[in-house]
Amino acid sequence: MNKGTIRSMLVRDKRADRVVPPSGYTAQLTLFVSGAMAFLAVFALALSLASGRLADRWASELAGAATLRINAPAEQLSAQTEAALTVLAQTPGVASARALTAEEQVTLLSPWFGPDLPLDTLPIPQLIEIIEGEPGLDTAGLRLRLGAEVPGAVLDDHSRWREPLVEAANSLRRLGWVSILLIGGATAAMITLAANASLAANAQIIEVLRLVGARDRFIASAFVRRFTYRAFFGALVGVLFGMTGVLLLPEASVEGGFLTGLGFQGVGWLLPALIPLLGAAVAFLATWTAAVRKLKELS
Amino acid sequence: MIELENVSYTYGDGELLSDVSLQLQPGSFHFLTGPSGAGKTTLLKLCYGALLATSGRMTAFEQDIARLDRDQMALLRRRIGVVHQDCRFLDHMTLAENVALPLMVSGKGENAQKEDLLELLNWVGLGTRLDALPPELSGGERQRAALARAVILSPDVVLADEPTGNVDWEMSQRLLRLLVELNKMGKTVLIATHDLSLIRAAKSQVQARVLRISQRQIQLAGADL
Repeated sequence: MNKGTIRSMLVRDKRADRVVPPSGYTAQLTLFVSGAMAFLAVFALALSLASGRLADRWASELAGAATLRINAPAEQLSAQTEAALTVLAQTPGVASARALTAEEQVTLLSPWFGPDLPLDTLPIPQLIEIIEGEPGLDTAGLRLRLGAEVPGAVLDDHSRWREPLVEAANSLRRLGWVSILLIGGATAAMITLAANASLAANAQIIEVLRLVGARDRFIASAFVRRFTYRAFFGALVGVLFGMTGVLLLPEASVEGGFLTGLGFQGVGWLLPALIPLLGAAVAFLATWTAAVRKLKELS
Repeated sequence: MIELENVSYTYGDGELLSDVSLQLQPGSFHFLTGPSGAGKTTLLKLCYGALLATSGRMTAFEQDIARLDRDQMALLRRRIGVVHQDCRFLDHMTLAENVALPLMVSGKGENAQKEDLLELLNWVGLGTRLDALPPELSGGERQRAALARAVILSPDVVLADEPTGNVDWEMSQRLLRLLVELNKMGKTVLIATHDLSLIRAAKSQVQARVLRISQRQIQLAGADL
């Protein structure tokens, strides 16, 4: 099938379109299925894009940082912190290192203990934030040196919980794309069924058309055009409803975590516009395949 | 133009036609007669490729019908106009749209369609019934519309299957005159009918060859008609 053939099959020809009776349950079925599937596709796309953003953010934000925790009696805490900072300042691959202030530590703990935490009365370890630089941090070597010079230091390079989180986010992203593929497949299957039903219901019309010299392409076009446009308009309505639903979702916030970041961002808002076009393409291929097969059966 | 050589056609366990030969020369006029169920419609269907022979050779316009692909078969049918006994209209389309169907499927221009269509419908006396739907037409009107549809592409051959089967004597004469006129324009005409009075009436208007199907064979009918 070349470009000219595809164009001639899609360009509306009111008289040729009259050949197939316009009504029938297949029309409503195609509109409903493509609308419902497009609605679901919008959410699958939103889920996939949000998961991707999350995976990228977690990977980039956490990969370049590490935390050093100083567990020491209160009278040694300050000295061990100084010693640790000295060690870090001499370690290759450490771009910067700084001890968190008491206020910052209170902020970190406030989700669990509230904002009025009396930090000075509690044996809270001192945290040191490490930002990695070139040529990269040798965590094994650093641990050995800290073990010798700062006995209360525990190095956490975040890999223990960063990797499962990034993997989970990537899995969600893949799940979103698989869902979109399944939605496309289900749409194709439903439209094939509807097209087959329509072709069977109009078998006598097809026979008359063949008797007066219609080629298969002419007959198939009448059905392909109809199902393609129905799928397009059904999907358009589904996308509009889906986008409205996404717009009504709460905006991303720290308190809401992942669940409030499910919408689209930036050019991502334009991606759902492709869904009606893809729906129409799926309908075109499904109907064309069904029509060619059915016409051979009917001959 | 259309030639059947030693053609047999079997449906299920029964042989409907056996070793039949037939030649339709350009500009000739034929009647095909025989009792109901003798195989007249089957023979017509073989002529326009709606059925393929079980054995034997069928050619149309020097093409072997059995070897035509689907597109070539469609092109062949544009050169053979067929008037079916039951007319075969699309009931949701108007008379004008039904008659113009062959033009539409062959991709002829819209302007040519309107001119050809009006001229043709006036010729068959249906110029005032353009917007009627097929169920609104009388038997005679349906047959004349079917004839108009069969000839709108100006085919070389016109095949008519019991064209006067559902009409009164006056209308059958009118249809016959139209078919004779077509023959005088150079078209080859083959009419399948069991109505012997129609054949007798035609003898005064046209030099027709009368063929009879009997016992699965085809033979030239004698002077008893």
